[in-house]
Amino acid sequence: MNKRATFSNSWLAAALLLPQLLLVFIFFYWPSGEALWWSFTLERPFGGGNEWVGFYNYLSVLQDSRYWGSVRVSVIFAIAASALSILLALMLAVFVDRRMRGHQILKTGFFLPYALAAPAVGLAFRFIFAPDAGLIAGINRVFPGLWNPALDGNDALTLIILAQAWSLVGYNFIFFLAGLQSIPRALLEAGAMDGAGPLRRVWDLQLPLLAPTLFFLLVINITDSFVNSFGIVDIVTSGGPARATELMVYKVYTDGFQGKDSSLAATQSVILMVLIMALTFVQFRFIERKVHYN
Amino acid sequence: MTGIELRSLRKTYSGNDVLHGLDLTVTPGEFLVLLGPSGCGKSTLMRMIAGLEAVTTGDILIDGRRVNDIEPRARGCAMVFQNYALYPHMSVSQNIGYALKVAGVPKAERQARISAVAGSLALTDFLDRKPSQLSGGQRQRVAMGRAMIRSPRVFLYDEPLSNLDAKLRVAMRLEIRRLHQKLGTTTVFVTHDQVEAMTLADRIVVMNAGRIEQVGTPSEVYQHPQSTFVAEFIGAPGMGLVDAIADPKRGVLCLGDGQEVRFDAARWPDLPHGAVRLGLRAEEIGITAHPSAHTVMARVELIENIGPHRHAHLSLSGCNLIAQVPNDFALQSGAQVAIGFDMAALQLFDPATGRRHAGQNVPLAERIAATV
Repeated sequence: MNKRATFSNSWLAAALLLPQLLLVFIFFYWPSGEALWWSFTLERPFGGGNEWVGFYNYLSVLQDSRYWGSVRVSVIFAIAASALSILLALMLAVFVDRRMRGHQILKTGFFLPYALAAPAVGLAFRFIFAPDAGLIAGINRVFPGLWNPALDGNDALTLIILAQAWSLVGYNFIFFLAGLQSIPRALLEAGAMDGAGPLRRVWDLQLPLLAPTLFFLLVINITDSFVNSFGIVDIVTSGGPARATELMVYKVYTDGFQGKDSSLAATQSVILMVLIMALTFVQFRFIERKVHYN
Repeated sequence: MTGIELRSLRKTYSGNDVLHGLDLTVTPGEFLVLLGPSGCGKSTLMRMIAGLEAVTTGDILIDGRRVNDIEPRARGCAMVFQNYALYPHMSVSQNIGYALKVAGVPKAERQARISAVAGSLALTDFLDRKPSQLSGGQRQRVAMGRAMIRSPRVFLYDEPLSNLDAKLRVAMRLEIRRLHQKLGTTTVFVTHDQVEAMTLADRIVVMNAGRIEQVGTPSEVYQHPQSTFVAEFIGAPGMGLVDAIADPKRGVLCLGDGQEVRFDAARWPDLPHGAVRLGLRAEEIGITAHPSAHTVMARVELIENIGPHRHAHLSLSGCNLIAQVPNDFALQSGAQVAIGFDMAALQLFDPATGRRHAGQNVPLAERIAATV
């Protein structure tokens, strides 16, 4: 049966589509096109004229060791934050799925971080992990200088990884919980009858059956770490110290809006865009061929 | 061989009693069927034996050892689940061998035992397939293989045949019975299908609303149901029940519409004057063309063709009865017919409690011989 609405009047259909198309065009295709154009030109900082330079911008970006530094930091950030967040979310979901005491309240509690805006998360982490007044201040008093994100690049990177992982836990948790609850209880009972203890059942039965969810979340988390980390980085470290936390998306911002080099920023954003498209492609391919049991 | 003993076993879910203190002994090597309508607690009872449900009060003993607080894996039971519960990401051989893998059995021995079990279940050609590539009957056999491979002390079956089509169900029923004959392992089998229970069981436990109504061999349960519940539940069709007032002095049962049935009062020497319920099976009711002092009149409501014979649905003094009628016997719905009963098979129940009036189980002919 054809469930689509059909319009005999194609003008009406066009009119109904127009607002959405306009929005997408103005806020997505136009800027993207502009960025693509700028990446092949040298743009004046305050507008007014430009000069076609071909692949000059791409060459200078790709030959810049500072750019590769930001790629390195971004990859570490994306993988570490995704892995940490997925691991935590999986643990929480397994606990909630076992219906331990208070699981109803915890379920809501674990999801809440997802509702927070990235800058708010960043600010909270900045205060909580402040070297002189935060949670770690006590340890710092015993071992002076052990933890200082404002001076130590590794500490700073760790801090934004923690913040990003924490803000993604809620989202991952909900997916894992839904996945776990869709596994028939009889399967786990059969596992118990076969002699597998709770941990063994997680490892042998629940994890393999969660594989599709796991893969989906991994792609989503990595994508999110590449594009949505601006808020956290800007508030917590502003890319410092000494560019130790200058993620690709943050470098676009600093080069473009602080360095006023629109062309270089546009080039980097095009590269980032291609990367995200590749990830999205992987994800779509995967969802189409999603592993189905039964 | 392993026996199971349940001692005043109770199960409560959030304040509601699901099982009201059951006592039951499963003798070693026995094939015991728990039979009852859905919600009677039979599956809960089995899951408690397996260790998948906690015991509220009472004790479960397997081989004389109290197992209330023992993990399922340590109880020595293997279970076949209603939806098979096969591991969808594992092949047939991995499914069957999982228990051995968990137990740390070396790979070579594992393979040997898997192929032995698969061979006995005709699964050898499917060992590398995933459960999703199997038919219902094959999945069922994998589930049985998974239970068999551990050489368990007790087999537990939780309505294992209810997802199969009718023909396959009969075939698998035979296979389960054959397996039991071969291995002799103590078996508890849950079903709501009384035909399954009758054909499989050494003894049947009929359950209703969290209580045991009757425990007995299939023929005991069929011929001497201890309560109206069992009478109506067992048999296809169940026993027909007719309300009457017993007058033991005159030796008659007065039906509601004024008709009277003579009965053998000597079989129930202690029967009080008052309300009783007659229980009669379809094959014990005969329709005759010749009304007499030994027959009563009933109305034919409906005729069902079964194949080997027909079932006539009768209305006798406002109660429903089913009589078995030969195919060649001329009968029309709506007709008034004379019916007679096999009085030796007649059962009487107390309408207030639903329990059977025991009476003496001496066949009529012998008692007549004794009085003469």
